[in-house]
Amino acid sequence: MGREMVVSRRATLSLRLVALLYLTLLLLAPLVIVFWRTFEYGVGTAWAFMTTPAAVSAFWLSILIAAIAVPLNTIFGVGAALVLARGTTPRVGKGVLDALIDLPFIVSPVIAGLALLLVYGQGGWFGNVFLNNGIRIIYAVPGMVIATVFVSLPFVVREVTPVLREVGDEQEEAAATLGASSWQTFWRVTLPTIRWGLAYGVVLTTARALGEIGAVLVVSSNVAGSTLTLPLLLYQRDDQIGTQVTTSVYALATELAVISVAVLLLMTMFGSRREDAR
Amino acid sequence: MLYLSVIVVIPLAAVVVKAFSSGLGTLWSSIDNTLTLRALAITLGASLVVAAIGAVMGTLVAWVLVRDSFPGKRVVNSLIDLPFALPTIVAGLTLIALYGPDSPVGIHLAYTRGAVVVALLFVTLPFVARSVQPVLIELDREVEEAAASLGASNATTFRRIILPALRPAIFSGAALAFARSVGEFGSLALIAGKVQIASIVIYDDIESGTEQAAAALSVMLMVIALLVLFAIRRYGARDGR
Repeated sequence: MGREMVVSRRATLSLRLVALLYLTLLLLAPLVIVFWRTFEYGVGTAWAFMTTPAAVSAFWLSILIAAIAVPLNTIFGVGAALVLARGTTPRVGKGVLDALIDLPFIVSPVIAGLALLLVYGQGGWFGNVFLNNGIRIIYAVPGMVIATVFVSLPFVVREVTPVLREVGDEQEEAAATLGASSWQTFWRVTLPTIRWGLAYGVVLTTARALGEIGAVLVVSSNVAGSTLTLPLLLYQRDDQIGTQVTTSVYALATELAVISVAVLLLMTMFGSRREDAR
Repeated sequence: MLYLSVIVVIPLAAVVVKAFSSGLGTLWSSIDNTLTLRALAITLGASLVVAAIGAVMGTLVAWVLVRDSFPGKRVVNSLIDLPFALPTIVAGLTLIALYGPDSPVGIHLAYTRGAVVVALLFVTLPFVARSVQPVLIELDREVEEAAASLGASNATTFRRIILPALRPAIFSGAALAFARSVGEFGSLALIAGKVQIASIVIYDDIESGTEQAAAALSVMLMVIALLVLFAIRRYGARDGR
């Protein structure tokens, strides 16, 4: 019955214009320029820069690190979410766990790198123990994996916990009453309920793992072909000068951007499924 | 718990120990010098500007996405998540491509504080928009209608009815954007140039082997971040991510 709050056509249109203009200038325009600079000298040139031995090895290292870090954080994330939403741990314990999980979000990635350096590096708290046994962690791939795990740790927990809280534990209790073991309950009841939230969390973790630079930069030895991921290679190339280098930098950026557009599509897909499921 | 300790807690504790390792005096002298203080001032200043602009623009974007309808809205909606998907180093590079020395539009922002603010606005764009959007969707339209039928102007309705409901969500989003800005490295590594940003000063300290100075500044940043986190828990939207 009541009169709706009528926003005039002009006001609606100008708000829309401001929002779209802001997004275009901030997000779209820069990205378009990068694509354009990449293919300025033809698709062949760009492809050549994406397939140099250094670029190929950086690509596979990025994939390798993500392939280790993402499953680890997924398993930990689901476990931690179960503890937070279902566990019988006292309130204080949960509060501490909850706060600790947020640390990687608010601590600068560079600080994360420094922290790992101080513990696992030469002369660090545990560093010498590993070094004496011939295991190099800092300035090598294991350190880069740990750094990646650090920065991408909270995503799965933060996506799964609210879903678990929202659905409650009635179905799980029903399954238990009907004689299901806790393992069966997890696979048959809990996992299907959280699947879209979990998928969204995993995609966010993957995006962060593939794109991380700050933390990984500190613990990498910066040697092309062995400890450079795609973002690190891009960073290192940008320090050098010359048009050849410039095109190669833009080519790498395009490669990363293409990967992240794929990630974005997955996010949109899982994100809307997740909303629908609620 | 072991996993969390080995990867997060023990290493961060090592940073704190390192900062205090040569006594409080040294810690103080490594914080109380012009370079460090300048870096802190620039970083906090830029982060405040980013949080303020982000709060206004993020709310505006969320409003348009919820209340307006136009062709291509779904695409715009998923575009908001782009900064989360795009590696931050690429974000920095894209901004150099557009606003750098070879700028096709003739705007030369790169390597200035302006560039730092733009880069931070880019990476923190989703925070406010994604925090305000769900609240705006759930908002009870009847209250607005009541206000309008009682003769309130649109501005009054927005200020007295809508804004108070959105405030916790805007606060959470802006505070997260602030915290992210204080620690941001990736997007600034290429674009900051000689602007002394805290995280870049820390990186330079690590590279030059003065880990104690790096640890001291790190502890300062962590204290700021913890305060922000505390403020979000206290005053922010409870569901805010």
